[in-house]
Amino acid sequence: MPDLLRFITCGSVDDGKSTLIGRLLYDCRAVLDDQMTALTKDSKAVGTRGDQIDFALLVDGLAAEREQGITIDVAYRYFATDKRSFIVADCPGHEQYTRNMVTGASTADLAVILLDARQGVLTQTRRHSHLCHLLGVRHFVLAVTKMDLVDYDQAEFEKHAADYRAFASSIGIDEITAIPTSGVHGDNVAAKSDAMPWYDGPALLDHLEWVERDSDAAAARSFRLPVQLVSRPDASFRGFAGLIASGRVATGDSVRILPSGKTSTVARILLGDADVGEGQAGQSVTLTLATEVDCSRGDVIAAAADPPEVADQFEASIVWMTDEPLLPGRGYWLKLATQTVSATIAAPKYALAVDSGEHLAARTLELNDIGVAEVTTDRALVFEPYANSRTLGGFILVDKLTNATVAAGMLHFALRRAHNIHWQALDVSREAHARLKGQKPAVLWFTGLSGAGKSTIANLVEKKLHALGRHTFLLDGDNVRHGLNKDLGFTDADRIENVRRVGEVARLMADAGLIVITAFISPFRAERAMVKAMLADGEYIEIFVDTPLAEAEKRDAKGLYAKARAGELANFTGIDSPYEEPESPDIHLDTTALSPEQAADTIIEYLDRRG
Amino acid sequence: MTSLTDLDRLEAESLHIMREVVAEAARPVMLYSVGKDSAVMLHLARKAFFPSPPPFPLLHVDTTWKFRAMYDLRDRMAAESGMQLIIHTNPEAKARGINPFDHGSLHTDLWKTEGLKQALDAGGYEAAFGGARRDEEKSRAKERIFSFRSASHGWDPKNQRPELWNLYNARIANGESIRVFPLSNWTELDVWRYIEREDIPVVPLYFAAPRPTVTRDGMILMVDDDRFPLRDGEVPVERTVRFRTLGCYPLTGAVESDAADLPSIIAEMRASTSSERQGRAIDHDSSGSMERKKKEGYF
Repeated sequence: MPDLLRFITCGSVDDGKSTLIGRLLYDCRAVLDDQMTALTKDSKAVGTRGDQIDFALLVDGLAAEREQGITIDVAYRYFATDKRSFIVADCPGHEQYTRNMVTGASTADLAVILLDARQGVLTQTRRHSHLCHLLGVRHFVLAVTKMDLVDYDQAEFEKHAADYRAFASSIGIDEITAIPTSGVHGDNVAAKSDAMPWYDGPALLDHLEWVERDSDAAAARSFRLPVQLVSRPDASFRGFAGLIASGRVATGDSVRILPSGKTSTVARILLGDADVGEGQAGQSVTLTLATEVDCSRGDVIAAAADPPEVADQFEASIVWMTDEPLLPGRGYWLKLATQTVSATIAAPKYALAVDSGEHLAARTLELNDIGVAEVTTDRALVFEPYANSRTLGGFILVDKLTNATVAAGMLHFALRRAHNIHWQALDVSREAHARLKGQKPAVLWFTGLSGAGKSTIANLVEKKLHALGRHTFLLDGDNVRHGLNKDLGFTDADRIENVRRVGEVARLMADAGLIVITAFISPFRAERAMVKAMLADGEYIEIFVDTPLAEAEKRDAKGLYAKARAGELANFTGIDSPYEEPESPDIHLDTTALSPEQAADTIIEYLDRRG
Repeated sequence: MTSLTDLDRLEAESLHIMREVVAEAARPVMLYSVGKDSAVMLHLARKAFFPSPPPFPLLHVDTTWKFRAMYDLRDRMAAESGMQLIIHTNPEAKARGINPFDHGSLHTDLWKTEGLKQALDAGGYEAAFGGARRDEEKSRAKERIFSFRSASHGWDPKNQRPELWNLYNARIANGESIRVFPLSNWTELDVWRYIEREDIPVVPLYFAAPRPTVTRDGMILMVDDDRFPLRDGEVPVERTVRFRTLGCYPLTGAVESDAADLPSIIAEMRASTSSERQGRAIDHDSSGSMERKKKEGYF
């Protein structure tokens, strides 16, 4: 039975990539008569090869591509020989389509890098090789194309191959097979060519049929199964379904469930309706365990003796794939295997110049940029370094507002941040500050829609605390924007920075022993979580001022809702920008049931109980 | 332990895709058109969720012009799988008596494209599985496995989400939906080899048998019922034919063949020099026609 090889082809504009793939498909009989008829017709109409068949048209499928004569998107092509089935990700060469290349490389066992014999190694060649290497492709084929246009000259070929090898080894690519080809004439594509008797290596197809598959290596590593879903048809069956990411498993094996760390034993392994007794990387199975343990979607079932790590801070390579640049500090959804968490990305440590490998200074990442940055998640992730596992090391970032996939990332390692940062030791400690004031510092973080009543209640709370002899300070959204944050506007990036600065100021004041009260809409969970993480344990008290949108809009004390509805205010929370309600606020105030006075008393009582 | 074959890997990928959809989308549904791809897709769904039945209904967007043998198999498979079968026929097409003989492309547009949109809207389905494969047609080759549709079901080929590794972003806004293609990476030959390996029931029309036929515009059409309007002097002729794809019987061309079982179908396919869509009148208009239909909401 044949096995399956996935590979990617990449090259620069006009290096004959589509022609080479078209030829490969044609010679493997993957182009059929009626497709050939259409191709012949299209070749005459829009082809670039005169009366000859333009194989490039076989792969340029979208109307826009055929009109412009370029490849825009990744196209997947299929062909098979007796030994192997092949899935080809054909990726466009233009620099602006880096994201497509990365997409194609993410599942590839092998990369075919095309090089025009008349041009040699170009910036694009280096860029694509680097990207494939970054995405974990280990086997490279250098297909030197258009050999017919340099009279099948051996010296030309060998010069290009040597140039490429020198570059490739400098970035860590060590497995390279160089093949001289001509797509137009089919030389060394499906069969060895008579035109180049000096070449004693394999034809491209021959090599593809025999090369070792990267994905086989996954079977040799330790067992990992990211749980996709739990199957519970009745009380007697509880199965954990997923695609085995690496390793092998057999009934009776000891396994550990991450992140909880609980252990159990594999009872049954189902492949469809068959009890198979063992499973291996690449299979979608359903496992049952001998004991009842907590395990749900997002957990990873792993070999008990060699479980993966669990962490919430990482260094990662990030490829930015959308027009809107990275907003450091903003919360994005991060999906890794079957885990979805909220994550923030710090300003990049550097961006990578993909053609030279140089590290460049960068404050953000824009479309097609690649950088290295720290990633912080709001929950611990079960992970492995990308170099060991594409499944447990590769992630995507999703914009919380537009739902667009904005970036792909590859985890390098977990950061043990607390061990690395050294604080200046202060003689008068925060405890000493608090003791002198005779109170327990806190940050009362009010969140809610505009017009919910945050400022009103916050004011009352401060008055009451003041009357009780407490040392307080109220940070009000509008007031802070007149001073500390007057350089900030209302873009997403500025809103995040606004909350970050307020969080930092609140932290300093809490360190000084104060009870800090803040009143900001702070609509996103990720940014509230960021502030909570800045403060000492238990110091952050989240107060959800819960007023339904209709009610807040009816009150509209500042007339802002009316403006927003009229389209005069963009990104207005609740209207065209979402408000993420707290999932478990420390204090939940329903303002339709409580007067501001009652709401303030609820908070005072809470603080009393807290001490 | 033996190493995995190409079919093993394709199967695992399809199961993974279906499970992701069920884990992340609120109301999935499986488009079931009774053809070989639907048969494989249904079989994979049953494997993915065993011992539970697949946790979504089957949806057949019916044109009332399918082959009779298709309706038989449809009802049998729905009963066997324990899944709910929803049959939708576009009431407007019905009222206007739209048929493939008199109405040309309007037939496909109203019964299939509009009918599909109506059925998806009526059920409030966030995700719909379809059996399309990338090797079928050029615009399909560039479509994602998770393919997003606007609130009006439109496809924007230039604004597709990047799809890396096997990580699918299934997040959508209200009113938007996803079409999901678990067989994206399968070829026609893979489908038949898998049907053989797994012994999956398919409509008998795929196997050669003597059938009453007429030839029109170079296509061999089967006279499946008495709604087929014979032209003057046209007499159905018995030919030994089979079908490579199945759709509305007046629009689906047969091929002359003696392949009466799976091994001979597979052997015939390996030797074949024409694509399966050759028998579909709908795809012949021009190279960009499928892309245009998909932008309008066709599967």
